[in-house]
Amino acid sequence: MTGRARVSRRASAAGLGALAVGLGWLGTAGAALAADIKVGEINSYSALPSFTEPYRKGWQLAVDEINAHGGIGGKTLVVVSRDDAGKPGEALTAANELVSREGVVLLAGGFFSNVGLALGDFAKQHRIVYVAGEPLTDALVWSAGNRYTFRLRPSNYMQAAMLAEEAAKLPAKTWASIAPNYEYGQSAVAVFKKLLSARRPDVTWVAEQWPTQGKIDAGPVAQAIAAAKPDAILNVEFGPDLVKLVREGDTRGLFKGRSVVSFLTGEPEYLDPLKDEAPEGWIVTGYPWQAIHTPAHDAFLKAYQDRYHDHPRLGSVVGYALIQAVAGILRKADSTDPETIVAAAEGLGFDTPFGPASFRAIDHQSTLGAFVGTTARRDGAGVMENFRYVDGAAVLPPDADVKALRPKE
Amino acid sequence: MDFVFAQFLTGLAGAASLFLVASGLSIIFGVTRVVNFAHGAFAMLGAYVAYTLTARFSGPFGFWGGILGASVLVALFGAVIEMALLRRLYRAPELFQLLATFGLTLVFEDLVVLVWGPDDLLGPRAPGLAGAVELFGQAVPSYDLLLIALGPIAFGLLWLLFHRTRFGVLVRAATQDREMVAALGVDGRWLFTAVFTLGVFMAAFGGAVQLPRDAVNHTIDLRLIVDVFVVVVIGGLGSVGGAFVASVLVSELDAFGILVLPGVSLVLVFVVMALVLVVRPFGLFGRAEAPSRAVPEPGRKPPAPLSAPARLAVAALVAATATVPLWAGDYLVTVGSEILIVAIFAASLQFIMSAGAMVSFGHAAYFGLGAYGAALAVKLLGLPMLPALACGMLLALAGAALFGWFCVRLSGVYFAMLTLAFAQIAWSVAFGWTGVTGGDNGLLGLWPDGWAASPRAFFWLCLAAAAASVALIRALVFSPFGLGLRAVRDSALRAEALGLGRAPVQWAAFALAGTVAGLAGGLFVFLKGSVFPDSLGIGTSVDGLVMVLLGGIGTVSGGVVGAVVYKALSVWLISQTDHSKLALGLVILALVLLFPAGLGGLASRLAPRRRRAAAPAVHPAVGVGGAP
Amino acid sequence: MTGRPAMDLLAVEGLAKSYGGVGAVRGVSFALAPGEVLALIGPNGAGKSTCFNMLNGQIRPDAGRIRLAGTDVTGMAPRRMAGLGVARSFQIAATFGSMTVRENVQAACLVHAGGMARPFGRADRRFRPEAERWLDHVGLLAQADRPAAELAYGDVKRLELAMALSGAPRLLLMDEPTAGMAPKERHGLMRATVDHARRNGIGLMFTEHDMDIVFTHADRVLVLSRGRLIAAGRPEAVREDPDVRATYLGGGLTFAAAPGRTEAVS
Repeated sequence: MTGRARVSRRASAAGLGALAVGLGWLGTAGAALAADIKVGEINSYSALPSFTEPYRKGWQLAVDEINAHGGIGGKTLVVVSRDDAGKPGEALTAANELVSREGVVLLAGGFFSNVGLALGDFAKQHRIVYVAGEPLTDALVWSAGNRYTFRLRPSNYMQAAMLAEEAAKLPAKTWASIAPNYEYGQSAVAVFKKLLSARRPDVTWVAEQWPTQGKIDAGPVAQAIAAAKPDAILNVEFGPDLVKLVREGDTRGLFKGRSVVSFLTGEPEYLDPLKDEAPEGWIVTGYPWQAIHTPAHDAFLKAYQDRYHDHPRLGSVVGYALIQAVAGILRKADSTDPETIVAAAEGLGFDTPFGPASFRAIDHQSTLGAFVGTTARRDGAGVMENFRYVDGAAVLPPDADVKALRPKE
Repeated sequence: MDFVFAQFLTGLAGAASLFLVASGLSIIFGVTRVVNFAHGAFAMLGAYVAYTLTARFSGPFGFWGGILGASVLVALFGAVIEMALLRRLYRAPELFQLLATFGLTLVFEDLVVLVWGPDDLLGPRAPGLAGAVELFGQAVPSYDLLLIALGPIAFGLLWLLFHRTRFGVLVRAATQDREMVAALGVDGRWLFTAVFTLGVFMAAFGGAVQLPRDAVNHTIDLRLIVDVFVVVVIGGLGSVGGAFVASVLVSELDAFGILVLPGVSLVLVFVVMALVLVVRPFGLFGRAEAPSRAVPEPGRKPPAPLSAPARLAVAALVAATATVPLWAGDYLVTVGSEILIVAIFAASLQFIMSAGAMVSFGHAAYFGLGAYGAALAVKLLGLPMLPALACGMLLALAGAALFGWFCVRLSGVYFAMLTLAFAQIAWSVAFGWTGVTGGDNGLLGLWPDGWAASPRAFFWLCLAAAAASVALIRALVFSPFGLGLRAVRDSALRAEALGLGRAPVQWAAFALAGTVAGLAGGLFVFLKGSVFPDSLGIGTSVDGLVMVLLGGIGTVSGGVVGAVVYKALSVWLISQTDHSKLALGLVILALVLLFPAGLGGLASRLAPRRRRAAAPAVHPAVGVGGAP
Repeated sequence: MTGRPAMDLLAVEGLAKSYGGVGAVRGVSFALAPGEVLALIGPNGAGKSTCFNMLNGQIRPDAGRIRLAGTDVTGMAPRRMAGLGVARSFQIAATFGSMTVRENVQAACLVHAGGMARPFGRADRRFRPEAERWLDHVGLLAQADRPAAELAYGDVKRLELAMALSGAPRLLLMDEPTAGMAPKERHGLMRATVDHARRNGIGLMFTEHDMDIVFTHADRVLVLSRGRLIAAGRPEAVREDPDVRATYLGGGLTFAAAPGRTEAVS
């Protein structure tokens, strides 16, 4: 009996010993840097490297520029960055670490909508400001919005509004939609439908496809849409799913003689991989980095290319502008008190490679806009042409609507 | 009608792609019983290597040479992996190979990003097959037609290989009875390596031929592995013909299903698998596995309750753990709470896996049901935390009782895959029922009640829950009920002859384990303040499996050790590096090679009065294969 | 069919089972009285195991009736048969390998007492004396703390017997009870078992390849060939039966002559 008991006891002892060791490891993780002002940054670096690598390059460029120009009120800006592995739960663990061990004054980052929402809720619970970079869901600043959460990028609604405006000019009367089967795709289609119908009551929707995100079976989907013979197609697919859809659709002639309106497809992250198979004539939102000629963008482009010998993606702009905006907030607040930081951020104007933008006081959405144009092929690569910059402020709903959407605090 | 025909062809092309990869998995499992989690990763490697080769050599020879060259290279790499890694593990509990191949998958996923960069890669189209052929007025891609031909050709070649060569005869013999091959005087090691290489070749080839249709990226592996497993199980394990029929079935159902329900892809394959398994417990063409001749690992002593001094030691350790909030900061305390929660989850899974030989690939379902039950009790009923936790446990119990009723009629891998199917169905409900569950955006604002709001109070709550759960599970294992559960595991035949039926005992255990997992899920909601569908996802189920296997499936509570090590390690690695998957994968591989009986098994290894190794029994007490 | 009590414990009529059109058991009828010892013999493939498996419900018969003390139990599941007092051992012994030898018998006692559903209390403290008494009965008490998986094959057979007896069965079915044992152990174990059965009015039916065991211990012998019963009766009568001799000779089997080592060998 004693022999057997010994085994079990040792197993248990090993378990609790390992707990102690595990906690000990974690204990070594947060050796505090003698930093002047720390900002926590969380993103899906391992889960989504194609987007987050350029994004990181962007914000690192911004940090160095800020510190080269005197930092924040003389203090050095330090960004402590963490991976969330694409999971909200891990993002919260990282947020906790950044706040309670690193002592960051503010959180920034996020790519996936659910990570952004989780961090926003964490910000509210722990009274710390969170500035979201990428997450697109409307809920982040509206139905789930809160006092401590801000967002940089033009939201789902804003992108839908930009595209719906262009789509309304098309003669097309019958439409079909292809969108990934989750909240982002669902709300993109819903908002686009609503805004297009407002301008064009004669439009009808004849088919829809909701492939699983990351697992599109592009052949059958393309075939099914083609069978409905729509005049125009709304696409919300992105990443590898987009590549597959474009290839299958092209081969099957799905896009021949049809207008296509597509979310995000003009972003280099999604357009570049398509190389010489990039679609032509699609109406898209995106970032035509080769053809933007403004002093702000020229400076950014030169600095980025000099440093990384690569062209920026949209993520680079988001990362760069995010940290510039954060620096602006902290400069103005000149305090680590969250309430002061919120007050400083509300209505704050900041410069971005796309031009000036500001955080609206009413819903904490920034007015950063996006470029709308059509895709084309040049030298074996996809580009955007006939584009224009649409300021975010122009595509946001009336203040009364926004007030109704946000929860009472 | 024309459209229907075109859609049918499109489905066939998809079927061929699935079949190429699935056949490899089926062959490997049939002979070696290795549940090769890395099979999707080998397909992904095939696509990456083919991308590089076809980019370098153009033209038809360059393209097809690149595809074949990539398949051969990856197959050789697979052979190296088999000899260097898996060969050392054939004597370990069968599922340990799953753990090893899981570690491999993590390593590959990060490595391909390091080697090929983070961008999605667009391979060339097949020379001469870039366009479409007009068939009955519908454009059908010519490459699809090639794939449609390739599926049956590959099937035919495999058939010839298995029926017309000595190697094939041996493979078929080994699929039916592994021992028999040894009796025939064949070197089993050589056969296993050859079979593994062949299987990896099929995977890599299946991945490489996707080059003209897909964008190569580091998520291909997980996307493939689940679908391919489903196909293999629907067809019947080890049956290449079954895999062929199942790929056609699944692809065609998807091709036509999306016409009726455009979002059906989310859950279709799992519904099909669940239906097939409920009607045919061994898949369409599978044969009943021989009843499990369960023999414990050599030298393993029968489990026994803790002795009095051991109890004291454990109590002291629990007390020591309770002091953590007194000296550690909020972050450590919160991580500690998370570790305790996953320890509860691991303990509940270990109960059915170790004492019941019910290896669940879908235990996350009950974790997630507990989470959503608790969250909805707060959101819809406005309940405080503790009653909400109870609601979560009730929902988990209901789910486990419902799903378990079907699952316990199956055994081995079929059981595992049916649990996975139910978990995915539950996941798709949480994911798709946006109105109630918030869909992918989850439910937010679910923080603990005031009395438990501080990290330290919540830690103590989690510690109490973990200590109670582990104690309860241990008490159950050693109770008459637990003895009955172990009895039906060891020999269902004997138990039945004594008057103890297998299904009711296992059903009760499954429901109990689900309830405890539900407690973990509920606590997780209040730890994170939110709940998302990934709490019911495959990732959560796999985490649970890894923790139990790491802790030692032959132990009673080793999973607790596994949970502590795995969770602490992954939290720490994620905070330290973007390549946490690579590091975690390497650590898992190292642990697998160093401690083939799990970390809990390490304790018995170190025990001074170790029994002499008994007969060289190679059948582990528990295995997904269930039988030799 | 003389000298048997009027009331049969087990009555089998016209039992039949076929696999893929091949009749494994074809119209077998016999009866067994309490306290009677019946041997079922026949060449390999004669249908002995199929017959046995139908008796305790392991296999559902295609045709025929099985009555246990007058109750029709045809097609009843093994666990219900066990509840009616049918115990058995298997040709390939089946025990609970991960448990100690003692726990194996304790498990059997718990099932018999209907206490297996209790989720509390320690199983290893229940029915300990009873279990040890049965282990003593079969000569395994010294090995009570060993894992069952480590037992020698003959000892596994003993353990199976202890488990079967602990449930106080009315009918005991034993499939090759002495296989794997040293020759001199065999008679001892059989004698003890047969004595126990006679004393307690247990009907005992067994199959066996060791003809010496059969002819020493059985009250009656049934001979099965190609699924049919070709002879039944007292051992000495069966031994002289020309059909039986032909069957065994025709099947390539022969009775070795030496007394005490009369075994059917291929």
